[in-house]
Amino acid sequence: MNDPDKTCKKACKNGGKILINCDKKLIEEKSKKIRCDILSMVKNAQVGHIGGSFSVTDILAAMYFGILNIDPANPDWQDRDRLILSKGHGATALYSVLAERGFFPVEELMSFAKLGSKLQVHPDKRKVPGVEASTGALGQGLSIGIGMALAARLDAKEYHTFVILGDGEIQEGQVWEAAMFAAHYKLGNLTAILDYNNVQLMGYVSEIMEVAPIREKWISFGWNTIEINGHDHGQIINASEKAKKIKNKPTIIIAKTIKGKGVSFMENTCEWHGKVPCKEEYENAIKVLSD
Amino acid sequence: MTAMREAFGKALAELGEKNKDIVVLDADLASSTKTTYFAAQFPERFFQVGIAEQNMIGIAAGLASCGKIPFAASFAVFVTKRPADQVAISIAYPGLNVKIVGAYTGLFNGSTGASHMAVEDISIMRAIPGIIVIDPADAEEMTQAVSAIAEFNGPVYIRETRDEWPEIFNSAYKFKIGKAATVRDGTDAAIIASGVMTSESVKAADILKKEKISVRVVNMSTIKPIDKDMIISCAQETGAIVTAENHNIYGGLGSAVAETIVENFPVPMERIGIKDTLGEAGSNSELLEKYEMGSRFIAEAVKKVIRRKK
Repeated sequence: MNDPDKTCKKACKNGGKILINCDKKLIEEKSKKIRCDILSMVKNAQVGHIGGSFSVTDILAAMYFGILNIDPANPDWQDRDRLILSKGHGATALYSVLAERGFFPVEELMSFAKLGSKLQVHPDKRKVPGVEASTGALGQGLSIGIGMALAARLDAKEYHTFVILGDGEIQEGQVWEAAMFAAHYKLGNLTAILDYNNVQLMGYVSEIMEVAPIREKWISFGWNTIEINGHDHGQIINASEKAKKIKNKPTIIIAKTIKGKGVSFMENTCEWHGKVPCKEEYENAIKVLSD
Repeated sequence: MTAMREAFGKALAELGEKNKDIVVLDADLASSTKTTYFAAQFPERFFQVGIAEQNMIGIAAGLASCGKIPFAASFAVFVTKRPADQVAISIAYPGLNVKIVGAYTGLFNGSTGASHMAVEDISIMRAIPGIIVIDPADAEEMTQAVSAIAEFNGPVYIRETRDEWPEIFNSAYKFKIGKAATVRDGTDAAIIASGVMTSESVKAADILKKEKISVRVVNMSTIKPIDKDMIISCAQETGAIVTAENHNIYGGLGSAVAETIVENFPVPMERIGIKDTLGEAGSNSELLEKYEMGSRFIAEAVKKVIRRKK
């Protein structure tokens, strides 16, 4: 493994139409901020998905502050990298990172799930600058990502498409239709990132409907695979850079994560898939995250 | 006579020449839907997805969000029922510019049978917010509709029939999305039809003419948004309406017309169509007879509805 600090700086130098002050410390600070935002949004709206948002927070922070070639002032820029959050229930994490990255004002986050807000419980592409696909009905994002990757190929564009999948989500059959297609069409400009926290709404993924062995499944479907710790920003950036270099097949980054990561009493339990914290839980969680 | 699917395939290939943003997706039925003409001319813009309609619809969404104009074609049963959620969430929710093409519609592809006969595709697509639904009457209307929907920016579902049917329109006709056309004038009642049932309705009008009954025939090819003005004027001017559709009488053209007249100008109405049943194998003429959808049944329905006029 390369030195994460070095990798991160290199990634920033290479990518990004607008260069940002990206370093490991910044991504760590942003991750903390995003987790606090998520808690506040869910507490304020009395609805939302903390567990799955926390597990994907580090991935999103690393992608938006270390990998993606994007321009928040011009969200429809044709040459931008695309990132689809196929596990749409992680919306609060996505909204926070988009706001932190400058796609819309951070103050808007507290409108989450309020009537008339652009910030729906699951992402609405029409309403939120930076959201690339309307997701929430699980299993659909990888196919949409394929369409974007094909469009890049047709137009001879260099952008890369990333799709973040949940581990429970890959129980959907459409994901495997898409997996077959992406390998058949040798879509090297497409990378999936699996948020592998092994917890879904009703319990452990391995007990509800086992998805393992993950790596072997994707290899047998013709994909390149990389396994990482999905809370290590350096590893996320390294793996994404590696994936972009492989041109003849799609890559899946299997990111081992912890549902509810960051607040011990929320970690690794399906209880916090869609639970709203009470005042005491909220204050304790904010305190832990702020330390 | 040209089969509608032939007209579709050729029109699409012609359009592909003019507009480089047009891309086509197939789920292993191109030789039946006739996207083969496009595939032969523009292989780089033709994507074979295999037998995977949900993935096809999702890929179309991704292509459209990058500025392409995807036509995703399969049998109507497979392209509407199986990926209904993908159509609703991946395409219609963000309002993406995808054209969904459903072939082998209704009963009149008797070489297949119930599993391949779309009796509910219109009701499913019509119930999804934001989708235009079109059921062209013949080859000429299909040819014009292909250009019109490609120019229109937004999701569209269009039906194509397998076999040759009598022509209704010539090149003087001008198709417009959301605009019905009067193909026969008349005063005693109006038949509002779509798809190949327009030609059966014209035959019915001929039968009735011999009996001195003057019946108007309207081709309502756009089911959504429905041409309310045309329906209301039919109700006001003839006082009786019969609908004729190659689809379940629940949720399709008949329902759309009924909704419009009860809210605006209630008159007696009868519906010809598939009476909430699945189809079966057989010739088109046998099926028209057995499922009581042929011209003589339409003519009978017209007489019945006229008797109900006060």
